[in-house]
Amino acid sequence: MARIGVFVCHCGENIARTVDCERAAAALRDLPGVAHAVDYKYMCSDPGQALIKQAIADKKLTGVVVAACSPHMHEKTFRRACASSGLNPFLAEMANIREQCSWIHEDRDAATDKAIDLARFIVEKVKRNVPLETIRIPVERRALVIGGGIAGIQAALDIADGGAQVILVEKEPSIGGHMSQLSETFPTLDCSQCILTPRMVEVVQHPNIRLLAYSEVEAVSGYIGNFAVKIRQKARYVDATACNGCGACQTACIVRKIPSEFDERLGKRTAIYVPFPQAVPNIPVVDRASCAYFKARAKGLKKDACGKCREACSKGAIDFDQVDTFVTENVGAIVVATGYTLYSIGKDQPEGLSGYGEYGYGTIPDVIDGLQFERLASASGPTSGRIARPSDGKEPKRIVFLQCVGSRDPAKGIEYCSKICCMYIAKHTMLFRHKVHDGEATVFYMDIRANGKGYDEFVRRAIEEDGARYVRGRVSRMYRDGEVIKVFGFDTLSGEPVVIDADMVVLATAMRPQRGVQQLAQKLSASYDAHGFFNEAHPKLRPVETNTAGVYLAGACQAPRDIPDSVAMASAAAAKILGLFSKAELEREPTVASVDAAICAGCFQCERVCPYGAVTRVQVRDRLGTVVRVVAEVNPGVCQGCGTCQATCPSKSIELAGFTDEQIWSEINAIVV
Amino acid sequence: MRFGYFPGCSLHGTAREFDESLRAISGPLDLDLVEIEDWSCCGATSAHATNHLLSVALPARNLALAEAQGHDAVIAPCAACFNRLAGARHQIAADGALAGRMAGLLGRPFANTVAVKNVVDVLRQLGPAIRGKVVKPLAGLKVACYYGCLLVRPAAVCNFDDPEDPAAMEDVVSATGATPVRWNMRLECCGGGFSIPRTGSVIRLGRAIIADARAAGAETIVVACPMCHSNLDFRQSAMALRGEAPMPVLFLSELVGLAFGLDADRLGMGRHYVSTTPLSAFAQNPPPGKEVR
Repeated sequence: MARIGVFVCHCGENIARTVDCERAAAALRDLPGVAHAVDYKYMCSDPGQALIKQAIADKKLTGVVVAACSPHMHEKTFRRACASSGLNPFLAEMANIREQCSWIHEDRDAATDKAIDLARFIVEKVKRNVPLETIRIPVERRALVIGGGIAGIQAALDIADGGAQVILVEKEPSIGGHMSQLSETFPTLDCSQCILTPRMVEVVQHPNIRLLAYSEVEAVSGYIGNFAVKIRQKARYVDATACNGCGACQTACIVRKIPSEFDERLGKRTAIYVPFPQAVPNIPVVDRASCAYFKARAKGLKKDACGKCREACSKGAIDFDQVDTFVTENVGAIVVATGYTLYSIGKDQPEGLSGYGEYGYGTIPDVIDGLQFERLASASGPTSGRIARPSDGKEPKRIVFLQCVGSRDPAKGIEYCSKICCMYIAKHTMLFRHKVHDGEATVFYMDIRANGKGYDEFVRRAIEEDGARYVRGRVSRMYRDGEVIKVFGFDTLSGEPVVIDADMVVLATAMRPQRGVQQLAQKLSASYDAHGFFNEAHPKLRPVETNTAGVYLAGACQAPRDIPDSVAMASAAAAKILGLFSKAELEREPTVASVDAAICAGCFQCERVCPYGAVTRVQVRDRLGTVVRVVAEVNPGVCQGCGTCQATCPSKSIELAGFTDEQIWSEINAIVV
Repeated sequence: MRFGYFPGCSLHGTAREFDESLRAISGPLDLDLVEIEDWSCCGATSAHATNHLLSVALPARNLALAEAQGHDAVIAPCAACFNRLAGARHQIAADGALAGRMAGLLGRPFANTVAVKNVVDVLRQLGPAIRGKVVKPLAGLKVACYYGCLLVRPAAVCNFDDPEDPAAMEDVVSATGATPVRWNMRLECCGGGFSIPRTGSVIRLGRAIIADARAAGAETIVVACPMCHSNLDFRQSAMALRGEAPMPVLFLSELVGLAFGLDADRLGMGRHYVSTTPLSAFAQNPPPGKEVR
């Protein structure tokens, strides 16, 4: 016979104002199976918890129901109290009579009746609760970092400095990310590469970091503490162990006019190339699509069309027969730091976005985006830092900068603010004026959002010291008129239309998540928002975690971020991971699903509905070892206890510990009866 | 193809050549244009500037008539009429309460079933048919297609072309054998209804449009809006184009008619203020070097 103790909390006035707690306790005391029922002002307080502990000892309780606030608030508190008195914590449950009763009702009598009902249902459930034991899983003390931009670099270095092993995967030939393309950084105007490249070198020299550049994550299985990650190492056609980075192959390459990705198509590169001189690793890669050797081979020519790089290499490092290789690594935690890409104003757009026909869909050559301006302003860029128009190489005297292109524009498919544009446009106006002293910089803006340390001062400096002209309003149209670009805008402060003959236009296009990141999210079972940014577990309190345990976020893969934010997130994710790695074993809630293999029909509906990829298929063999059936199995390390499989299973062969069908039905019966 | 035909006031008045040329090309294109009996004002300008409900009810009355007269779709050639009719259809479809008031306001049943078609859209879809009927290909004729502000906007209502980079008129012009030019002011404002209250503005705007078309090498401007036509054609003499040759402004249907070898008078081309003779002459005898290759 059950001996349940019921404890009704007043929560000060929060519950007692609307619910007659004394009457509730009295009513619950008479229920069959209830051995004890009291009310108290603050059950979560030390004296309140002492009441529960005392009752467990005195009345030999077999279960506890605390009728109080939401279990999110204090379930752990009360379960801990029960455990300290020798009662299995999973025999204690809460009935929520605050958020779901007293706070939302006014009629005291009716609310009291409802509170009694809510507690009564839970009593029926607790009668059927069984003791459960916390699951312990071993932890692999290695981390995977996906993405080698500043966020990934920072996360990798912090984890490695904390003593754990790190595998850093970067899909491009070099780490460095977008930060390596920037000229100077706001709000201090310090040179981006000068502060970044030492960090890149630290990565490659760190004994705890294994860098896999030019590699991509193929598949992820497992769960927190025990992921298995399959990584594709793309063929460079250069033997990384033999190459000494001398650059002779690039000098010898005959294909010299490929638009450089690193220079945002403003400069040229060879078919065998390192993206930039400070690349880490400093090992070239052959771009198969443009290489003369591979083109000839694709056409079926027997004779080698080129091979100049192979001849030039003194180390014999060029290997045209290299193929992609795969490695599988076991890691305990994963950091996603895949970064961003820029919105294109062109006509071809991914679903839901529309481009800017009014700006010529990107067909005007001297209309460039922010990253292209960075390359023009950068000393390592295609013009060695001279500001020049892409169309004719002339120095522009009048540059118009447009903020919020794509951002904050629901008509174009993006309603969010890209956060960094106000700052980098202010920086661009300064860089322009520092290089072209008689230049005129005009900025069209919607609002100036300079909310960071030293940020507003920086924008004021652009306006007051460097003479940038800020016009509050939008540009409705621009087209090429001979040598100039006609820019038609509206000054909303003076209420006047503005027409400017510009030599060049810089568009602060919206920040969007990196391409293909949705597929990566699916591999990781992590969720993403309508725009493709990864979802954090809680927007305020768990900003660097995902809903998939063991997968963490850093930088612009989660939302538009600047460098300080990305670095802070990366360090936060690293701290979380080092915390995880500080224990030899992980403790997990035992409320996970399990399959009764004897009655599982093997339909695998559960496999399809599981949001966490926790269901696997196992073979059932007879004594001779012959496979007789294939049934589902739930991996308790991955299962998050959502219960979707249990509700879906047509043969009722899945039970969720702590929430069995019997327990749920007894609650429902108590409501109906 | 049978369509309800809503000429509106302009096609019976200032833009009779639009009406005449459309009717002239409808035969070869197998278009059956049936004028809606007892049609009334579409509600442009005065109604939609003063009374929202009236501006929906006026076009709705015409749509209700078309519905009762058995039409599935209505062609409204005038850009303003099209905008009002399509706009009313769009608003009534989106607003259940507004739709509920219509039958009572109109005094007749109305189910909002009639589609509203823009003549440019219809002609573009008839592109292959146009190519098949061309007897005087306008090869080498450089044409500036002028959309003005209204023809393809608002995008949600018009919904037949890109509101910032339309191509429908260019497609039709290409079908006649002529060459559409790429120019900048295709979507600029012509001054619209300000022709009388602020003539100066209309002249200033029109001058810029014509100058840009000329700079792009155009020999004629093609429009599909009576208001644009009136502002660019009728007001052109006041634009004082510094001794430059006048720029003929044609309705799209007139250009198609020329390519079909139809008589210029039948297309109403004698009604223009800027002479269209060079174009009809071009169609009859293409200048040397511009023959079909």
